[in-house]
Amino acid sequence: MAERGPVASWATDFDVMDPAYIEDPFSIWDDLRETCPIAHTERRRGAWLLTTYDDVTAVAHDTTTFSSTQIMVIRPDEAPQGAGPGFLPYGIPPISADPPLHTWTRRLLLPWFSHRRVASLEPMTRALCNRLIDGFIDQGRVDAAEGYAQQIPVRVIATTLGVPDSLADTFTGWVRDVLEFADDQLKRIEGRRGILGYLTEEIARRRQDPKDDLISSLLAEEHDGAPLDDRLILGICALVLVAGIDTTWSAIGSTLWHLATHPDDTARLVAEPTLLPSAIEEFLRAYSPVTMARVVTTDTTYAGCPMAAGDKVLMNFPAANRDPKVFDRANEVVLDRAHNRHVAFGSGIHRCAGSNLARMELTVAVEAWLARIPQFRLEHGADVTWAGGQVRGPRSLPVVF
Amino acid sequence: MKIVIDPAKCQGHARCYALSPELFDVDDYGQASVRIEGEVPEALVEVARLAIANCPEFAIAEVD
Repeated sequence: MAERGPVASWATDFDVMDPAYIEDPFSIWDDLRETCPIAHTERRRGAWLLTTYDDVTAVAHDTTTFSSTQIMVIRPDEAPQGAGPGFLPYGIPPISADPPLHTWTRRLLLPWFSHRRVASLEPMTRALCNRLIDGFIDQGRVDAAEGYAQQIPVRVIATTLGVPDSLADTFTGWVRDVLEFADDQLKRIEGRRGILGYLTEEIARRRQDPKDDLISSLLAEEHDGAPLDDRLILGICALVLVAGIDTTWSAIGSTLWHLATHPDDTARLVAEPTLLPSAIEEFLRAYSPVTMARVVTTDTTYAGCPMAAGDKVLMNFPAANRDPKVFDRANEVVLDRAHNRHVAFGSGIHRCAGSNLARMELTVAVEAWLARIPQFRLEHGADVTWAGGQVRGPRSLPVVF
Repeated sequence: MKIVIDPAKCQGHARCYALSPELFDVDDYGQASVRIEGEVPEALVEVARLAIANCPEFAIAEVD
């Protein structure tokens, strides 16, 4: 369960679910980079937190010492696969696998998120954004997180999976239970049961009645001359649903938060739309949502830190992307930043498989919004709330225009 | 100016393709390649340098 209690020291007792960290992780990262760039905590069964670009990318590339078999630090009491109520058995998707399993399972997924396929999803994404805006533009206000950002990726992912987008709110609820409220064991189990139960039924339906979607294509795939195990198909589909929703919605929300609170940037982007591609990369850098964990496979010393087998290591991509040794004016959003080697989508062999899709969705969401709402700001007295932990983004973002 | 992509380093971030689809291609598995063999045309030299500077995997290099 949750490990509450105030953080005594960010260097030796950090907790990424602490309210102070969720509210403002940026100053914590800045302090750590100066004083203790690899922090440690005894919480959650022992974990390390990397805050520099060099450390994050080095660990991401050493897949032998740092395994992907445990990518979440906020689930310390995970039941083993197939054990306990609510834990349906599922196969290991590539995000949680090391080579060689990772290599072939990832290749099953990549063509579904190639830039060619993503380009084919752009018109429906743009129409979706405009339909959402139609729904609130006359009211002069909207919760840009709940009423806009949250509504987009879930529907695009539903299209890819081939499941009805009328269930968008249900999917969103399950994914929030699994990721955002992961400290609440009951919610986590409920969310997981919902996702796996629903997808199990969809896979059975697709076996009877194949369509042009990811589920059907996985059913038609073979590996080593045999069809894929149903549990692997379930694991991959669950990954796509969980990873494709919360992360992109967080990036869209954070970008709209920035624009709502930085009217000069908004005006410049409206006046100079050719800046959009570099601006999108800059928003991805400055507001990277995702921090991923690795588990240490063997006792090792990294940069003087004694890491024990079983320790988690948090690759803090958002902190790496604000490392002043790599990025000038690292804490500023520079819309025309020319050199931007950000790692918002990770680094190494686990580069986000959906990065082309996420980039397209963020671009279209911002473009469609600015075309129709070129001036907007936070509502007076707005209560902006953030989700944090390993996926950061606004969950309530009331704006007026 | 000539450029090459190290296929062992490329992980499919597609930043090069986003900067210049004229100069780069990316296949369905994320593997990037240079479309133009030999000298990079003058008009694409600047964007080629940008691609080198933006690749998160340091996979693109200028060669003599």
